[in-house]
Amino acid sequence: MTPETIDRIFIIWKHWLLSYAPAGVQPLFSALLSVVPVLAVFPLLFAITTVLERKGLGRIQNRYGPNRVGPYGFFQPIADGVKSLTKEDVVPRTADQVVHFLAPLLLVAAAFLAYAVLPVGRNMVVANLNAGVLFFFAVGSLVELAVFMAGWSSRNKYSLLGAMRAIAQMISYEVPLVLASVVVIMAAGSLSTVTIVNMQASYTGIWPHWFVFTPWGFVGFVLFMIAATAEANRSPFDLPEGESEIVAGYYIEYSGFKFALFFLGEYLGMFATSGMAITLFLGGWAAPFSFLTWVPSYFWFFAKLLVLIAGFIWVRGTLPRLRMDQLMNFAWKFMLPMTLLNIFVAGAWHFMAAGSVRWLVCAVLIFAPSVLLALGLEKGKKKIAARTYRFAE
Amino acid sequence: MTIPFLILAALTIAGIAAAMYLRNLVHCILALTLGFAGLAALYLQLDAQFVGFTQILVYVGAVAILAVFAIMMTRSAGPMAQPVFSSSWIKGGCVAGAVFAVLAWAIDRSATSLEMLPPQPEVAVRQIGDALMRRFVLPLEIMGLLLTAALIGAVLIAMQEKPEMQ
Amino acid sequence: MSSLTSYLLLSSLLFSIGLAGALTRRSAILVLIGIELMLNAANLNFIAFWRYGPDPAALTGTMFAIFSISVAAAEAAVGLGIILAVYRHSKTTDLDQMNSMKG
Repeated sequence: MTPETIDRIFIIWKHWLLSYAPAGVQPLFSALLSVVPVLAVFPLLFAITTVLERKGLGRIQNRYGPNRVGPYGFFQPIADGVKSLTKEDVVPRTADQVVHFLAPLLLVAAAFLAYAVLPVGRNMVVANLNAGVLFFFAVGSLVELAVFMAGWSSRNKYSLLGAMRAIAQMISYEVPLVLASVVVIMAAGSLSTVTIVNMQASYTGIWPHWFVFTPWGFVGFVLFMIAATAEANRSPFDLPEGESEIVAGYYIEYSGFKFALFFLGEYLGMFATSGMAITLFLGGWAAPFSFLTWVPSYFWFFAKLLVLIAGFIWVRGTLPRLRMDQLMNFAWKFMLPMTLLNIFVAGAWHFMAAGSVRWLVCAVLIFAPSVLLALGLEKGKKKIAARTYRFAE
Repeated sequence: MTIPFLILAALTIAGIAAAMYLRNLVHCILALTLGFAGLAALYLQLDAQFVGFTQILVYVGAVAILAVFAIMMTRSAGPMAQPVFSSSWIKGGCVAGAVFAVLAWAIDRSATSLEMLPPQPEVAVRQIGDALMRRFVLPLEIMGLLLTAALIGAVLIAMQEKPEMQ
Repeated sequence: MSSLTSYLLLSSLLFSIGLAGALTRRSAILVLIGIELMLNAANLNFIAFWRYGPDPAALTGTMFAIFSISVAAAEAAVGLGIILAVYRHSKTTDLDQMNSMKG
């Protein structure tokens, strides 16, 4: 088999399967064949990620992590799944039954919808929408609603507090998330994810044309990933579910399989925003070097996804949780001005002649203000003297 | 009239009617998002992809969440003891019914010269952007000004006054 | 019944429901939402007329709808801000109880 055949193998399989369907139901069958792999692959990735995360965090915290089920504990997700499926599904008596039931379903449905526009390989996208990036962010806003439904319907002050924290945080960080991706839309001149990836899938020498290798692209990528961490409610932005403050936030009153659905939805959201970051900045399914283009395109997408997930796990094991005011100050006083400035720099880049001068000017334009803004965040804070521990020395 | 249109229309009407007449305010907002989503789907039916997605982003993602915040901060969630309709609800209902009757009569009587569905227009997002930047650039700038003013105004109005009274 | 007529009827029904809500509900928040619904009905009209109109390539209806959505967003922000300010002052969002202009 040639590399091209391996690259197209899923498309070939789909056409082969489609040829068995009667002509009347072919559109339906085709849609089904595109959707079912997404519904299968990403939850599997979720299962793998949970065990990788627990083992990775364990290593960071100088312990083993799960190691009982299967070789090196790698069958832990199966045990977790069996456990959550067989547990009793407790619903508080005062809860709003219908809303309480619908919230996890809406969360998972919204998370899955976002995958419709992610190109996971060459010609492998469920729906090539003309306004794909807009669709992605529109669907992402449904998650906030699901979180509110969960927190409010539980009739629990901790869950309501967690939901309000989560919504405030997600709204504040959605603005920089969208604005950080605007630079790519400007450069590509399109809202279609397929077009954006195709623009990055060419090479000068052996180096790819990914947007991350420009000053505005790099800054945009970093800002996008910070905002994505906040959107996914992951450490260091995990205030909505800070277990030491408000127990578990908005899903405190969920148990059994509904709890597992929340967990799934959260990870699916993280994968989807990471996939969007890959699509926008890291060249989507494109190979990192021109001599590696023989490797199938979907392999590159998932390899990049795993690298980003590893980054998420690393950050979670490293950074402490922020305070609410720090979180909001960071969103509105650092992220927002930086994304706006980044859009300006991307415009300047577009109108300057290619060369090293353009590189230098744009890099200075974007990095100098970022340092100044970061210093400005620290200004006006009361200097706290180093704490002395009288008895613990 | 096609079957998708009927389903979407029924969904939208049901959501919006529930939003206006349920007792619990949070239920109202949730039903409202259903109605907004139905409207967005109707826009997609009419080949207005961009407007449909914008509708979801703005109404479900922003307006509904804003309303939820307002409900939470004014403590008006939960079942209310008083009646939900105002004292002048008969007059209001009559006005609304009359408005609908007049509108429906006008639509029914008006010339239906535009019966044929024109061929599907090729609306790329690019064309919308071009139109915004060329033909509609002045409205766009005014809109930016308006949004900025509204943002600052909303913050100023809703800002907590200085606690000097206490 | 042509398809355009059905869209227009739907939007007039939406408008009337929004109007009825705005005129009959006690809660200030829902009155604001009723006004939003009326704007939405107008948007549906714009899109329907654009789609069935003689020149869909001109994009006039789409533009109108986009601007109208932005205005509605600004309106919602300011309106809910006003409701918050009123609530802080008079401790209610019930329109029947807000019957005095003096504090």
